[in-house]
Amino acid sequence: MKIVYKNIHLANSHTLAVYQANGGYKSVVKAMDMGCEEVIEEVKRSGIRGRGGAGFPAGLKWSFIPKNDPRPRYLCCNADEGEPGTCKDRDILRYDPHLLIEGMIICGFAVGAEQGYIYIRGEFYREAERLQAAVDEAYAQGILGDNVLGRGIKFHLAVHRGGGAYVCGEETGLIESLEGKKGQPRLKPPFPANIGLYGCPTVINNVETLASIPAIIEQGGAWYGNLGVPKSSGTKIFAVSGHVNKPGNYEVELGIPLKTLLEQHAGGVRGGWNNLKGVIPGGSSSPILPADLCATITMDYEALGKAGTMLGSGAVIVIDKSVCIVRAVARLSRFYRHESCGQCTPCREGTGWLAQIMERMEAGQGTHEDIDLLLDICANIGGKTICALGDAAAGPVLGAIRAFKEEFIYHVEHGRCMAG
Amino acid sequence: MNERSTVTSEAKPRFSEDALQQIQAIYRRYPADRRQSALMPILHLAQREFGGWLSRESLDYVAEFMGLPPIRVYEVATFYTMYNLKPVGRYHVQACTNISCWLCGSDAIMGALKNKLKIQPGGTTEDKRFTLAEVECLGACVNAPMMQINDDYYENLTVDKVAEIIDRLP
Ligand SMILES: Cc1cc2nc3c(=O)[nH]c(=O)nc-3n(C[C@H](O)[C@H](O)[C@H](O)COP(=O)(O)O)c2cc1C
Ligand code: SF4
Repeated sequence: MKIVYKNIHLANSHTLAVYQANGGYKSVVKAMDMGCEEVIEEVKRSGIRGRGGAGFPAGLKWSFIPKNDPRPRYLCCNADEGEPGTCKDRDILRYDPHLLIEGMIICGFAVGAEQGYIYIRGEFYREAERLQAAVDEAYAQGILGDNVLGRGIKFHLAVHRGGGAYVCGEETGLIESLEGKKGQPRLKPPFPANIGLYGCPTVINNVETLASIPAIIEQGGAWYGNLGVPKSSGTKIFAVSGHVNKPGNYEVELGIPLKTLLEQHAGGVRGGWNNLKGVIPGGSSSPILPADLCATITMDYEALGKAGTMLGSGAVIVIDKSVCIVRAVARLSRFYRHESCGQCTPCREGTGWLAQIMERMEAGQGTHEDIDLLLDICANIGGKTICALGDAAAGPVLGAIRAFKEEFIYHVEHGRCMAG
Repeated sequence: MNERSTVTSEAKPRFSEDALQQIQAIYRRYPADRRQSALMPILHLAQREFGGWLSRESLDYVAEFMGLPPIRVYEVATFYTMYNLKPVGRYHVQACTNISCWLCGSDAIMGALKNKLKIQPGGTTEDKRFTLAEVECLGACVNAPMMQINDDYYENLTVDKVAEIIDRLP
């Protein structure tokens, strides 16, 4: 079932002509006929949850935008795609930018936003070019502007490139960055729905979330809600990387067994299923699942949450038995230390400590106390910071110690890794 | 592959006519009373205009040009890794070594780059042609290992491919 990726294999799928030839921009017209309240209801009915990482229901988020408020409202699309392992939005941006634009016009109409921004990670230079070309095309055809499709509705859209900072993917870091400042996240509440960009009510959604909207309007929330499993409706793109025979972005219904995703879509684990060590199921921040759990787990928000990890951004990182888990975690800890924006002490200091201890653990200089110290530091970061980057840094460490503690102990006792 | 202009740092920075026009378009994207939003795009543009990096003079020039206190510009320029505060070679070779690339052999890719360019990450070749950098995830993980050279991604790399790509650069 392809919804978000339905066009990406067509020749010249990024052009307006191809997009329109395949039914593009009809959902905008339909949405305007429905009216904004009904559009929000339809999105609520679909049950779609945010695809950027936190999984918050999109329709509910839209309904938080205050009505009868004199301030302008804004819509921001999060195209920062910074979570290691994640590269799903990129294919929408470069192969079907009009799908995203259509989703944004519909959302803007529903919440009364007349200006949208797409915050795209700075390194996606070619993708930003594609996106800008699509925006220009849409303006030229009266699809964007002061009078969208002649319906008297205003919606302007601009592309804003980031500068290479993972923390700007956090929604309030993104807002700060869009205001031309350092991307340091804001304390919440207030939430962006009330005080967001330029102090005004703001909706922030991920690329994949917004790109799912045209289909929901076209075919109905109930139709979408029937895809997937209860509480995890619809399709999701999983970016499967690492040790599989066919890495790739795969759009499938939520609730698919991980084993099916890996074997029937991603070509199977390198060296066969028995060579699997573990899977990081939702981007680098999500705790790793050991192989035995991978055999039975389904890919939905609830099941992964119950297993002590999360669906996150849907980046599935497959790790085979040749890999030293301690080394893998050490690499991730280095990343989080580099990306901490430094404003909260537990995160700034904690990510530094995690990286340092993981480094010495990997070098064979760790102690048994270090393992406890790692757990202690994680406990001191968890829930004590302004944004979730702190928790994100703790995730891989906690997950690895939970599932592969014997490897940590081996490192301490033998000064090297088990994986050889 | 775009090539960088070779403006030297001694020349006093000044936006070209073409850049000035682009800046007008950038300003139009944000509310008139929210000009600071244009800072990041203008810094990106300044970096392209002024030889691939931002000197102190360039930052001061942008501050003056935008009517911002210089500290606002320094803060932003130092926060984001894409603003180069030191000169970089004509080709900025950035290899990802984060998890997905590492699982798929980025150690060998980095090794091949070091061998080929005879520099360490952070270094620039004597002829100023190449700067090598180790970077965090660039969002192309299903095509790992990968690297970025200036504006372009090079994906599904192998050691042989790396040498070939470097040799083919104009
Ligand atoms: C450190 C950090 C990085 C994040 N990076 C991204 C990102 O790159 N892309 C994204 O869509 N969401 C990212 N998020 C989640 C956003 O804060 C936010 O929840 C999301 O953009 C909301 O959109 P959604 O509800 O459609 O998912 C990140 C969150 C944190 C804490
Ligand atoms: S948790 Fe870390 S990244 Fe987030 S605001 Fe605090 S210091 Fe910055």
